[in-house]
Amino acid sequence: MHSGARIGFFLLLTPLVLWLALLIVIPHIDMFLVSMRERVGVRQYETSFANYLTFFTEPLYIRTFVRTAVMSVLATIITLLIAFPVSLYIAKIVRGRLQQVLFVLCLIPFYVSELVRTFGWMILLRETGLVSNLLQWTGLADQPVEMLYNDAAIMIGLVYTSMLFMVVPLVTTLESLDDSVIEAGYDLGGNGFSVLREIIIPHAAPGIVSGSIVVFMLSLGNYLTPTMLGGKDSLWFTEMIYNQFIVRFNWELGAAFGFMLLILSSVIVWSMLKLTRQSLEETMA
Amino acid sequence: MTPDLESIRLTKRFGDFTAVDDVSFAVPAGSFFSILGPSGCGKTTIMRMIAGFLDPSSGDIEIKGKSVLNVPPNKRPVNMVFQHLALFPMMNIADNIGYGLRRRKMPRAEIARKVEEALERIGLPGIGNRKINELSGGQKQRVAIARCMVMEPDVLLLDEPLGALDLKLREHMKIELKSLQAAFDTTFIYITHDQSEALVMSDQIAVMNEGRFEQTGTGQDLYYRPETAFVAGFIGESNRWRGRIERVMGDELEMRTDTGMLMRGATHGRGLKAGDSAEIFVRPEAIRLARDASNFEDFDNRITGRVTSLLFNGAASRILVRDAAANEEIEVNLPQSGEYASLARGDEVQIGWSGAQGNCFAAGAD
Ligand SMILES: Nc1ncnc2c1ncn2[C@@H]1O[C@H](COP(=O)(O)OP(=O)(O)OP(=O)(O)O)[C@@H](O)[C@H]1O
Ligand SMILES: [Mg+2]
Repeated sequence: MHSGARIGFFLLLTPLVLWLALLIVIPHIDMFLVSMRERVGVRQYETSFANYLTFFTEPLYIRTFVRTAVMSVLATIITLLIAFPVSLYIAKIVRGRLQQVLFVLCLIPFYVSELVRTFGWMILLRETGLVSNLLQWTGLADQPVEMLYNDAAIMIGLVYTSMLFMVVPLVTTLESLDDSVIEAGYDLGGNGFSVLREIIIPHAAPGIVSGSIVVFMLSLGNYLTPTMLGGKDSLWFTEMIYNQFIVRFNWELGAAFGFMLLILSSVIVWSMLKLTRQSLEETMA
Repeated sequence: MTPDLESIRLTKRFGDFTAVDDVSFAVPAGSFFSILGPSGCGKTTIMRMIAGFLDPSSGDIEIKGKSVLNVPPNKRPVNMVFQHLALFPMMNIADNIGYGLRRRKMPRAEIARKVEEALERIGLPGIGNRKINELSGGQKQRVAIARCMVMEPDVLLLDEPLGALDLKLREHMKIELKSLQAAFDTTFIYITHDQSEALVMSDQIAVMNEGRFEQTGTGQDLYYRPETAFVAGFIGESNRWRGRIERVMGDELEMRTDTGMLMRGATHGRGLKAGDSAEIFVRPEAIRLARDASNFEDFDNRITGRVTSLLFNGAASRILVRDAAANEEIEVNLPQSGEYASLARGDEVQIGWSGAQGNCFAAGAD
């Protein structure tokens, strides 16, 4: 009986282990091994840190790396600042049917693929696009305005793409806050600001952190939005990895870049958790 | 002296449903005032209007003689213990109790001192650093009260604060609440649907039904001198008969029940006349039980019947007696002095009560 239960346990565990091993652990080990190779001749390799050295000595790589990190953090913060009032409104202020309708409205953009969504933004923002025409028509601009291919366009695209992943955890945590707890906050002399700071935000902290982690990872790893909306000049780190692997066939350097990205996201997520004194278990629960 | 809280013709309508209907009352300083009524009668609605979370449709609320209708909830000198306590789970106990004082910009050291003092007062000294979810139900209860009491409000509102506790703890907390009120010396307004809570603790009780106050008075008033059929039926237990009045002689009357029993009762000053349909309420403890009819001369209602059930409930034990003539079951208190220990189902007994104990109301009122 006891050994039977044990076998069952292992049978259940197998798919999980296989999934983790095949899709995450093995590729990463392999990627790490590839990144540690240096090509010294045709099909001749040596183990060295040369690829990482290239990364650290080439200013363009470092700049793109830092830029990607900063932009992703910024996108996360902007998404949070927009999503929080929206979520608070959906979770605590509207009631009944309207609540569900608003929630579904947040979902609708995700019915179409990311490619189409990003293309939609291009139609709006390009020189001959809707916004440009509107500005000319109202007389605010006297010639076509190009709003694509800059950092602001990337930011709009990233925030728009990430919104849902922030709203869902926020609405869920805010809904679990009892209305009477908020009322008690007012009853004991709190005003809107102090109730928000001492009661609502601390309660929503797990949702804020998990939403932020997801949005940050999505932004950092996003390829389509920065490439399409940012144009040639605004480099994104994923674009660099792609270039090394696909365009230049330099798998060694690409792998090193990939590994740096992994380290970057791990460090930022870890410090975010430390900073907010949240544990990963708490956040994901 | 102006009362601490006065409600004047307070009314609240939700759409065309009137949740609170023309309610007036005054609560003297330092007293314990209860609002007692069945679920959904509008108790919480009154509290929320006093605390400022709802605007009355009409009427006025005065605290220490001044109208507070235009004062927002965070500025009103009242605090509320919520129906489900609403402690702040994200803070520890000391921060929960100190929350209101921090809002008043009180110096840190003074807050710490006041919090510790309050914790001592509620019998939980030194637990300020513990988390809320580490407390038992009764302890949470006391922390919720302390959180309001440190604010030294003019009036403390308590919305069924014992509802979530088990029976034993509720009994204990009843006494504790009363002594906390004495210790903090504040006016309490207490909502409950449990009559024993209201009767044990209150100086004044208002019985509420469908948005209206039926009667306001002390526990004894409500119990012994109910003014409406609803109060008579709601407070304590009663045998209840419907019928038609046959004769009225001053304060006394005779009613023939629908089942044909002739019964004497008292109008207690209510205007009833022969021919009216009416209801008589008789409490089980007002009925005397005996094995023979020898000493029942001074009772004007006398019935011979058989015991159909013994309802054992400790000191509150009852028996059901079936009247031989009218085939009615009457609930009678069973004295626990030992003389009826051998009483069994089917035994013949005598019961009787004086007409003054038969409280009579015009029927159809409830
Ligand atoms: N916001 C509202 N909109 C419409 N009707 C309401 C609203 N709030 C309360 N009511 C109605 O008013 C009536 C009284 O509600 P209230 O919460 O005051 O009852 P209560 O006496 O506190 O009951 P309980 O003992 O169950 O807590 C109920 O019938 C309720 O449905
Ligand atoms: Mg209620």
